[in-house]
Amino acid sequence: MSDAINPWLIIGGVLAGLLTVAPGLIWLERRLLALWQDRYGPNRAGPFGVLIVLADTIKLFFKEDWIPPFADKAVFVIAPAIVAITVLMSFVIVPFAPGVIVVDLNIGILFFLAMSSMGAYSIILGGWASNNKYALLGAMRGAAQLISYEVFMGLSLMGVVLLSGSFSLQDIVNSQKGMWYVIPQFIGFVTFLIAGIAETHRLPFDIPEAESELIAGFHSEYSGMKFGLFFVGEYLGITLISALVVCLFFGGWLGPDFLPPLVWFVLKTFVFIGLFILLRASMPRPRYDQLMEFGWKIILPITLLNLIVTATIVLIQSGARMNIKF
Amino acid sequence: MFSIVQSMWLVFLHMFHKRETIQYPEEKVKLPARWRGRIVLTRDPDKGERCVGCYLCAAACPVDCISLQATEDENGRRYPEFFRINFSRCIFCGYCEEACPTYAIQLIPDFEMGEYNRQNLVYEKKDLLIDGEGKYPGYNYYKVAGMAIGGKDKGEAENEEPPVDIKSLVP
Repeated sequence: MSDAINPWLIIGGVLAGLLTVAPGLIWLERRLLALWQDRYGPNRAGPFGVLIVLADTIKLFFKEDWIPPFADKAVFVIAPAIVAITVLMSFVIVPFAPGVIVVDLNIGILFFLAMSSMGAYSIILGGWASNNKYALLGAMRGAAQLISYEVFMGLSLMGVVLLSGSFSLQDIVNSQKGMWYVIPQFIGFVTFLIAGIAETHRLPFDIPEAESELIAGFHSEYSGMKFGLFFVGEYLGITLISALVVCLFFGGWLGPDFLPPLVWFVLKTFVFIGLFILLRASMPRPRYDQLMEFGWKIILPITLLNLIVTATIVLIQSGARMNIKF
Repeated sequence: MFSIVQSMWLVFLHMFHKRETIQYPEEKVKLPARWRGRIVLTRDPDKGERCVGCYLCAAACPVDCISLQATEDENGRRYPEFFRINFSRCIFCGYCEEACPTYAIQLIPDFEMGEYNRQNLVYEKKDLLIDGEGKYPGYNYYKVAGMAIGGKDKGEAENEEPPVDIKSLVP
């Protein structure tokens, strides 16, 4: 692994990898959910049923790609693209192995936060353009949820940024050589994970979709490949949050030498993807107001406290290094 | 918060539980003996048809899927000339089995009757008739009934006393 790898190669590899992983996750999720519900899941088509992905894709392609006559056509078409694009853009800053990164931005985390906030537009625009009350309710919930979770998503990462002194994910991973940040920043990890679940609107925070209340929420009116794009966006989002959790708190590609760094990274990421699926298998969906209350009244103060404590410790340590008396 | 982690752990442990799924075409479903599935016509121990063509099953059938025509053989024994069940109508309620006075019609634990052609679901007597005795082995209607048929006169059935001689004064 050197810095001499052709950036186009990396871009192509990341795209190909991600667009294979995202549909593969459909299979993985169905198998794992089945495993935790004492079933087998899809196990007929191909080895272990992996070809169900192909069948699903073919089915989605042949579904009628219908735009309701009452919908706002342009926005309706753009909305599913936004979610896929923003999540894929966020992967630009994820270091998969030393040197294997599309762009090593010095504002990496900020870029990710910006992109994930943009992703909220796809929910809001999709729900709005559908011109359907359930879709709009879902979109409204999505907006409220993302506003409340975006706040402490950023704040929960600031502890890591303080400790490593950089916004670049590559620097953050490199600074975890001594100790993974999950130990000093455990609260940061938990809050970021919660925010990440809310960000990808996965169960238990799938309030914008809430199929038992809102049909399918913001994508009620979508069909065919547009729905497929929302789906792929969601799975890419899971992968992104898992990859970021690994990078920020679990030492990214770092690990014992018997496996190459990329393998470590992928292994750790899949553990967290599994955790996402386990959450879906075990958690009930909270009420909409409970979710907001939890975000603003509990998680936000905890995050702020964590930030203050971390900042104080870092300040005292750096003060001690520079022989400054307080 | 602890309860959330606990429930996640408990769900995780389900990974090692036994699967509930029955891998159907390879692994068959274990059906109870009284399962109401495909309808058959049984025979008595002497391999004669049990059905006496009384029409009670057809009368009991709520969806009118049974049709038959009774006839008699040279011994005066009744049997159905044709017996037809339209399984595309049948709701497997089992009323025909309950109505049958000779235990001829029975529902057995078999549901694998899929057909591509709807007409193939109409079963004729040769499709319905089985060689066995079904749920009531040893039962032979004509052996216990008081009716006289060829080869068996009145009073010759099992547990049947000879007919009273009305000309006699002996009690």
